[in-house]
Amino acid sequence: MTNPIKDVEKADVLLITGSNTTENHPVLSTYAKRGIAKGAKLIVVDPRKIPITKHATLWLRQTLGTDVAWINGMMRVIIEEGLYDESYVTSRTVGLEDLKKAVEPFTPEKVEEISGIPADQLVEAARLYASAKAASILYAMGITQHTCGTDNVKSLANLAMLCGNVGVEGGGVNPLRGQNNVQGACDMGGLPNVYSGYQAVNNADAKKRMEAAWGVTGLSDKPGLTVTQMLPAAHEGEFSALYIIGENPMVSDPDLRHAEKCLKALDFLVVQDIFLTETAKLADVVLPSLCFAEKDGTFSNTERKVQRVRKAVDGPGEARTDWDILCGVASRMGYPMAYENARQIFAEIGSVTPTYCGINYERIDSDGLFWPCTGTDHPGTPCLHMDKFSCGLGVFSAIGFKPPAEMPDDDYPLYLTTGRVLYQYHTGTMTMKSEGLNAQSPECFVEISQEDADRLGVAQGDLVSVASRRGKITVPAVVGDMTEPGTVFIPFHWAKQAVNLLTNSALDPIARIPELKVCAVRLEKAA
Amino acid sequence: MTRQDTLRINGREYAFQPGDTLLDAAKKNGLDIPSLCHLARATPTGVCGVCVVELAERPGELVRACMTPAESWMTVRTESPCVVAERKAVIKRFLDSGFHNCAVRGADSQDWTSFQMAVQASDGADDLCPAWGDCQLQELAYRYQVCGDHFPREGEYPRQSVNPFIFRDYARCIQCGRCVQACNEIQVNMAIDASMRDENSKVTPLTDFPLANEDCVFCGECIQACPVGALVEKGSRYTVRPWETTRVRTTCSYCGVGCQLWLHVKDNKVVKVTGVEEVGPNYGSLCVKGRFGFHFVSHPDRLTTPLIKEGDGFREASWDEALDLVAKRLGELKETKGPDKLGVLTSARVTNEENYIAQKFSRAVLKTNNVDHCARL
Repeated sequence: MTNPIKDVEKADVLLITGSNTTENHPVLSTYAKRGIAKGAKLIVVDPRKIPITKHATLWLRQTLGTDVAWINGMMRVIIEEGLYDESYVTSRTVGLEDLKKAVEPFTPEKVEEISGIPADQLVEAARLYASAKAASILYAMGITQHTCGTDNVKSLANLAMLCGNVGVEGGGVNPLRGQNNVQGACDMGGLPNVYSGYQAVNNADAKKRMEAAWGVTGLSDKPGLTVTQMLPAAHEGEFSALYIIGENPMVSDPDLRHAEKCLKALDFLVVQDIFLTETAKLADVVLPSLCFAEKDGTFSNTERKVQRVRKAVDGPGEARTDWDILCGVASRMGYPMAYENARQIFAEIGSVTPTYCGINYERIDSDGLFWPCTGTDHPGTPCLHMDKFSCGLGVFSAIGFKPPAEMPDDDYPLYLTTGRVLYQYHTGTMTMKSEGLNAQSPECFVEISQEDADRLGVAQGDLVSVASRRGKITVPAVVGDMTEPGTVFIPFHWAKQAVNLLTNSALDPIARIPELKVCAVRLEKAA
Repeated sequence: MTRQDTLRINGREYAFQPGDTLLDAAKKNGLDIPSLCHLARATPTGVCGVCVVELAERPGELVRACMTPAESWMTVRTESPCVVAERKAVIKRFLDSGFHNCAVRGADSQDWTSFQMAVQASDGADDLCPAWGDCQLQELAYRYQVCGDHFPREGEYPRQSVNPFIFRDYARCIQCGRCVQACNEIQVNMAIDASMRDENSKVTPLTDFPLANEDCVFCGECIQACPVGALVEKGSRYTVRPWETTRVRTTCSYCGVGCQLWLHVKDNKVVKVTGVEEVGPNYGSLCVKGRFGFHFVSHPDRLTTPLIKEGDGFREASWDEALDLVAKRLGELKETKGPDKLGVLTSARVTNEENYIAQKFSRAVLKTNNVDHCARL
């Protein structure tokens, strides 16, 4: 997030898109709901009638995968009606002329044709967003998990900059991270192209610094492969060994049948986890690790706040911390790695990571700190880009509309989208151990509109087979108004009826994120 | 800097900011004015009447600290005789209003110790309130030495336990309204309605019974807000007593919001979770997963020993054997196929320290930048 969570309550207008906020970030959604109760206006753009729509001034229901169109359309209205923040655009950004040209074709009528959003609603939403002193954009995987995910995010950034909403209290472009430490995993260099603190592996200075710090030579300056590239490479015989920590791609990856083939094609697979997950079952070696309640350390949340994790209980059996296990392997491979505790590792992180160098365990004992925090007397940075963008001027990107990789056709006539439910979490390995949560949300289902249900002769609770070009699952139907005719939704938590058997593994060309939010399916009442 | 004014409380000068109530001013200066209905971040209601204080400028006249704006002319007495007398009367009224057997004997009573032993011995029966030892009314009853002398008959008030998470016992409700505010003002779920408040029905959810109406999402904010034993976690009711647990502060391991948690631990087991109220991002709020989804920690299916694939299954192995095997195989493949045929998927679930070590391991030991994690999934 560019802004801290508390800013969500200070926005005059909130634009929530591709985020089922109340179910997936429930506590953050309370900031939005409290702001609205005090008079803020909410625009929701989402294909599903998610619970937060109850609080919306405007709810725009777009066809799956048409986000660039409606965002460009809103900007076109804002530019045409002169509603944009001219002084901000002049002083802090470049590229407005390119943007103007790019959005020109996206008239409200054209946007309606592409996205199904009525032209008058689009105009109203554009005017409302532009009218705010501070408007905050909240988004999540509904924006990013597309073959045009990068374009979608850049488009939202365009919109926010156009109205002067970046670098202001209560504003911002705010991605809501879905996992507790996805921010931290990125910050720590758990990415193929950067060391900790986003220092590029192909930057000679960064490489030299890390070599000195780690006492090694010959670090690779070639950016590595993403997870979505490593697995297909294994299938092609181009990739040999994978060491997986705390992740369950056998439920969370797109096109699971293919993912399984890829994992099975590896010469060697290590899985380090707290349970024998669907993925661990495929491993050559499984290593038991400790969970969050059994170890010390830090997590970095979605607002870039680094907070302490503390050991409360001893772990089961011989389970060890993930770092200790890795040190054991490293030492056996001829690179002695040993730390006394997590605090010592954190001190090393600070010494090689400029954005974290001012943070230490003493400073975050009672409350966390927001990075960048560049010195032990630096107060941290709750809000980014305050006086200028970290790169200088904000650059507008001219972006055109590209449809999803797979569209409904005669054979597979319906859109499928996926997501989570309130009572389960990701691949369910944790939440499905609580009876209460299972009682609230016991099994997989497909949300289907009344109209589609009638056409297929499906009643509430009937078993339905849902097939795509890649697989088929059978799940009970939940008939109602959550999705519109032509679109169905299935949550991805359940390994037994894994919707990711159906999803499409087509990737965004830049972020390499799969298009989990759109594919084409066929429904039939199960025999 | 915001302009600061001062007022006198109990004979000393204290600073306050314009807009502060007397309760705010006292709190900021570390002074304790008790209250049962005041809920941080919600509009003061002044319902309970416990926070009364006396202004020296108006002797004998009591004002509610939560509703009275602080002003610099004020000289506040928080424990004057008439304040204490009023608080005692209010507390007595609450004790008599329902099933509050904790204060059945005064602390100065001869048989208090044996009574306490007896109630602890008979723990597990409904005799002893599940909030015993963690109840603000009980604390006030002892602080001000107040005993109740009325107990409702069995069955006089209903109980609710139809949902898996929350147990509601109307006999212990003091109608402070905090659960209503927690639901409506803090979580903004609107699942509890105060409109039916009267002597008999007390605070009821929108559809009366059951509590699990369609707007309730079991965040448990109402439990956290309840100052007494009217709303408690069903899972730890009667099985876990506050004095048996220690608590450790940590960060939630579900979504990316990073709520601050207290893990309540008994016999090396997490038995209850509550929100840390003093700091963000959550200021005490949690969701159903964070508050009630902790059973995985001590679940019997947890992995306890390294496993090595053998045939179609696994056999248990020692750490030395498992780590030797992993190091040997990765070393061989690095040698024969090349470092870039190897990779690590680190995790958005583990700590920063562990992610840092994972990328260091990939880059410095395996000598490849093939390290990624589940950010895209």
